[in-house]
Amino acid sequence: MAEEGKYPTEPLKCWGEAKILREKYYEDYKNAHETGGLRWCGGAWSFDAVPYGLGDDVYPLTGEPYGASTAFNKEFSMQCLEATEAAGFARDLCSYMRNYWGSILLNKFTFGGEFPKPDFIWQDHICCSHSKWYQVVSDLEGGVPAYMVDVAVGPFDQMDDNKVQYVVGQLMDGIDWLEKTTGRTYDDNKLIEAVKNEFRLTSTWAKVCELNKTVPAPLDEKTMYSLYVFGVLSKAKKEFADFMDVLYEEVKDRVNRGIAAVPNEHVRVMSDTQPPWGFLKVFRYLEKYGCISIGSLYTFGLTGLWEDKEDGSWGPKTTPMDKGVTINTREQALEEMVKWNLAKPEWQHFYHPQLKSDMMIRIAKEWGLNGIMLHYNRGCEGLSLGIAENRLALQKAGYPVLVFEGNMGDEREFDEAGTMAKMDTFMETLGVIKPR
Amino acid sequence: MYVAGIDMGAKFVKVVIMNDGQVVSKGMAPTGFNLAESVENAYNSALENGGVSKDDIKHITSTGAGKKEVSFRNDEVTEVGAAAKGAISLVPSSRTVIEVGAEEGRALRCDENGRVLDFVINEKCAAGAGAFTEAMARALEIPVTEMGPLSLKSEQETPMNAQCAVFAESEVVSLVHQKTAKQDIARAIHDAIASRISSMVRRLSIEKEVTLVGGLAKNVGFVESLKRDLKMDVNVPEDPDYVGALGAALVAQSKVQGD
Repeated sequence: MAEEGKYPTEPLKCWGEAKILREKYYEDYKNAHETGGLRWCGGAWSFDAVPYGLGDDVYPLTGEPYGASTAFNKEFSMQCLEATEAAGFARDLCSYMRNYWGSILLNKFTFGGEFPKPDFIWQDHICCSHSKWYQVVSDLEGGVPAYMVDVAVGPFDQMDDNKVQYVVGQLMDGIDWLEKTTGRTYDDNKLIEAVKNEFRLTSTWAKVCELNKTVPAPLDEKTMYSLYVFGVLSKAKKEFADFMDVLYEEVKDRVNRGIAAVPNEHVRVMSDTQPPWGFLKVFRYLEKYGCISIGSLYTFGLTGLWEDKEDGSWGPKTTPMDKGVTINTREQALEEMVKWNLAKPEWQHFYHPQLKSDMMIRIAKEWGLNGIMLHYNRGCEGLSLGIAENRLALQKAGYPVLVFEGNMGDEREFDEAGTMAKMDTFMETLGVIKPR
Repeated sequence: MYVAGIDMGAKFVKVVIMNDGQVVSKGMAPTGFNLAESVENAYNSALENGGVSKDDIKHITSTGAGKKEVSFRNDEVTEVGAAAKGAISLVPSSRTVIEVGAEEGRALRCDENGRVLDFVINEKCAAGAGAFTEAMARALEIPVTEMGPLSLKSEQETPMNAQCAVFAESEVVSLVHQKTAKQDIARAIHDAIASRISSMVRRLSIEKEVTLVGGLAKNVGFVESLKRDLKMDVNVPEDPDYVGALGAALVAQSKVQGD
């Protein structure tokens, strides 16, 4: 039986600041032209430090968080999905992408007003959908200039200099393209600062996630979705990196004072990739059982960068600055940034499901989990590929696994009552009974 | 000490009353639009069959898709948990339990105490559920109770879509028009459901022995098809449609005993 109020809890003090920063991000993008600034769009995985070299008034809109925020607004999301279907796009395509295209087709921005047309597209090709996504965006918006970077160079444990230089070379060409496309002069110092911000933000987020090894965990997965997002909105943005430092200090303080995210923490689980964004309440439902989800491979490994520590644990990746590396040139900044990004955990399992299983088993062991939830996410073929193999590997490692079907961005494919019923059964198998 | 287990399924409400670990009586009523009335009818039927009064019942545990609709329950147990407890009490050697009801098919692996180790549920597919056989019986213009015995007369395998109830129904109509013998169509239908169910069960890593419960376990044609598909024997306990209610009653009993 879940115990009531076993640990003290309190709201995050920096929650309000996080909300303001997120809102300002979308406002800045929308209003960029009013002050002579530029708008660009691309994926959350794109090398977003690079366009910062064009100036401080160049604002991004990343597609995945936009698609997720749209999914959270079920009524508008449905309009977007139906608009893409009416335009002839298939229903089984990436659902973030369909929410995004639907916004363009309807000319409605999730955050109010008309959909702001980008000045250029800066994207990389992490999966089959990503480049095509923005090719269609370019077409729908009347031919927006687009630059796509191919990053399909294999998993990080097989990285070599040729592969790194293949990506760096494309980015060098990309900077020339940015100058020609925007008519602006590129500033390498701004690039170097942005790259350093990215190292700082993504390493610090891993430190925040690492603190969740503590019992009771200071953060829960639903809350983490509102915080990890800075690493996918713009990981190279100074204000976001500064916020991550503030967050880390506060979470460290919560750990020191024994502040829990879930006061009746009794059972610890994690999930894998994107959640069904319209139904994040499933995580709150688990809390009724005293079950905390301490995060996911997605939250840990899309924003966070990790490395093997001397004691064998998985910990925050040491930044080049902390290693004493001085970055002075464009080439050097790009090379360090490429090596950093290609080590991104969430990037690895595009190459083989075993890589995902290994990382999840590692998290399960080091974060002391009782079970794992896998989302058979019909909205993202890239990150769901091999998920049934992940289930077998996790079970073989001794972890009970709950699988539930759904879609990160299309609520029509999520059975809320059925999923809750499965969670009831899963909790029962873990020996926890929900108080009536 | 009397306890009751109530399984509020999609098609029928089943009730099992126990006294000191022994089943005293059972009752069943169709699940109608008025759920409260349906529960009351099934409960009263079980009470009457056992000569037990409501005041004698010390604990009621509900299960099934409508378990929360049993307003007078003391607590509830999931369908998977109830199926495991019930099946183990009837066939202690069960390690894999398959339950196919009107609306849903599910399978679980459990230990000797009925503790669920892993489970899988057929969702969003009518082709793996009992209601499908009813629709197909209508298409064949025979009572659903004749479907099983009729299919056992077939000596011929007829391929049929195992993936979708809607397409399967059109196939049945086509087979009828092609003058395919009814027993062969009946077998094809059961083979199709069995194929759907066994592909779900295989996701669990089947561990012997396998026990089949739920309303569809009363259909001898489906049972044979499932055995053929799984290539193994399958236990079917007496009154397999009451196993969920029995499991719930066992949970109720453990509660009053303070387990």
